[in-house]
Amino acid sequence: MENNDTENLIEVKNLKINFDTYAGKVKAIRDVSFHLKKGETLAIVGESGSGKSVTTRSLMGLNADNAEIAGGQIMFHGEDVLKKSEKEMQQIRGKDIAMIFQDPMTSLDPTMKIGRQIAEPLIIHNHVSKKQAMAQALEMLKLVGITDAEHRINDYPHQFSGGMRQRIVIAIALICYPEVLIADEPTTALDVTIQAQILKLMKELQEKIETSIIFITHDLGVVAGMADRIAVMYAGKIVEYGTVDEIFYNPQHPYTWGLLNSMPTLDTQSGELSAIPGTPPDLLDPPKGDAFAARNPYALKIDAEQEPPFFKVSDTHYAATWLLDPRAEKVTPPEAIAKRQAQWAKMHTDDGELVRPATPLNTADNLDDSDRE
Amino acid sequence: MAKYLLKRLFYLILTLFLIATITFFMMKLLPGTPLSNESKLSHSQIQMIYHTYGLDKPVWQQYLIYLAGMVRGNFGLSFQFDNQPVSYLLATRMPASFQLGIQAMIVGVLLGIIVGGIAAIRRNTWVDGTMTIISILMISIPSFVLAILLQYYIGLKAGAFPVAGWGNFSYTILPTIALAGSPFATTARFIRTEMVDVMSSDYIELAKAKGLTSTGVVYHHALRNSLIPLITLIGPLTVNLMTGSLVVENIFAVPGIGEQFVKSITTNDYPTIMGITMMYSVLLVVVLLITDIVYGIVDPRIRLQGGQS
Repeated sequence: MENNDTENLIEVKNLKINFDTYAGKVKAIRDVSFHLKKGETLAIVGESGSGKSVTTRSLMGLNADNAEIAGGQIMFHGEDVLKKSEKEMQQIRGKDIAMIFQDPMTSLDPTMKIGRQIAEPLIIHNHVSKKQAMAQALEMLKLVGITDAEHRINDYPHQFSGGMRQRIVIAIALICYPEVLIADEPTTALDVTIQAQILKLMKELQEKIETSIIFITHDLGVVAGMADRIAVMYAGKIVEYGTVDEIFYNPQHPYTWGLLNSMPTLDTQSGELSAIPGTPPDLLDPPKGDAFAARNPYALKIDAEQEPPFFKVSDTHYAATWLLDPRAEKVTPPEAIAKRQAQWAKMHTDDGELVRPATPLNTADNLDDSDRE
Repeated sequence: MAKYLLKRLFYLILTLFLIATITFFMMKLLPGTPLSNESKLSHSQIQMIYHTYGLDKPVWQQYLIYLAGMVRGNFGLSFQFDNQPVSYLLATRMPASFQLGIQAMIVGVLLGIIVGGIAAIRRNTWVDGTMTIISILMISIPSFVLAILLQYYIGLKAGAFPVAGWGNFSYTILPTIALAGSPFATTARFIRTEMVDVMSSDYIELAKAKGLTSTGVVYHHALRNSLIPLITLIGPLTVNLMTGSLVVENIFAVPGIGEQFVKSITTNDYPTIMGITMMYSVLLVVVLLITDIVYGIVDPRIRLQGGQS
């Protein structure tokens, strides 16, 4: 990845994480590097078990006991987070880096009033009085759109709906105005209309609070309206990364093709969705060569022997596939992807200016706003 | 809330009535008679004694007379204990049993919470293993075996505490430990399971992500959530203590109700048997009712309708 240290808030370099299990060492993260700039939203996309959550949890030092950091660095404010003690990590958690979890139904303490839960990080980190913390919690509760916040601050989690609870979880995460917000599939457990509201709220708050977001999801559709850049993960590695437009309209890695093809768009006619065949490899014993080769109809001979390095597509766009090697034969991607790439070519006519087509994806923007919770 | 309480109260009385009825007829099936030297008495003497105590009437009449007395708080006179009123016997015997029971409950439950909590936090380490073994031992060893072991090793050999009898506080220590074994082990196992469950929940992860220290996580979030279900255990633990006390009080010669209960059964002292049974029953159903009410107060999710929400 291109490095510009002054701008990068977080820089992950060659991260390797193993999990010790009874069956052996699971190599969950195999050499992952990425960076996060101030104010941007980076989406990490991949299927279950690809290592998205493990990667981001290691940013907070919150991995399970049997996780073992086998190498690499996570630079945050010029310091390696991986070298910090548990005590130092506690200073960072909730203050500089905060997290939103997947399931709002279970991520709030059922026996504590929500006001107290929102105020807790303030009391720990900013050492403010309980009264002051509660006042700030009330402000935050209003900010995340809880109506009648003055009364509801004394309610318990079970008195709120799922969407409201996720707003409360967001309030907890943002109460200390963190520099980095990690959102681990924050909308997966919500139904679609609520999803759109939560995404919209996150975007609004990102501007107000000026936080950078790492957005983890397996749903490319959710990402389209949210992220600035996308990193696609597969089997513990990043296989392609670039700006949203680059990933959506000029994808290079066959796995990204597969992901895009398995996602419905407004152009999709019924019955046309295609799945990626096969299952991800067993990371107890990762395959030699390209981990995706076994499921890849475009796999080359070399894929079975040697792992592909990152090939540069543009300054911001890299993909790890041998297809980009100059010696490789040109392949024609699936029809839908070829269509996207044609669109991409059109977008770049006339002095390289980007002309975005009307977005065909079901992003937060084009969902009806009128049906609020 | 009032409606709920009223309903519970009705069931409470119904339960007590059923217990009284069943115990009365079961007691009548006991072999033997209340007379200690029956063979030396003539038939007319026996009849005279039976007549004074109303034992010559048909059983169903005795039952009705008894019920009528009980409702008015009159449990009758004891056959064996110098013809004292049963209510007086209960009053004099109660303090010792009560003290032992409360002490054993507090020691057992508190120790159980601490040990179970530590085992959960240090789970799958040698600490956890040791604690598991100790609590399994405490559950498996009956309280009377524990009592005898304590008497022999700590009372007799080490001479640390009195072997038996009743006097100052030091006399209560060994019986308290013997009685506390079961509540301790039950609580420890319960809290460990509960805590392990809670510690792996999402809200604990969120609490960690807030930057709380591990003690902060346990103290502010894990403990409260694992302690609430413990309230449901108080009822069964009370039953355990009551049955345990029957034997343990005998072993340590504690002048408590348990000891008297055993004596009254062996001598067919009907009024005393009934009195103690009823007292135990009342105690138990009241404890259960209180547990349910307290549970509702402590856990916001099941706070009963009609209250502030």
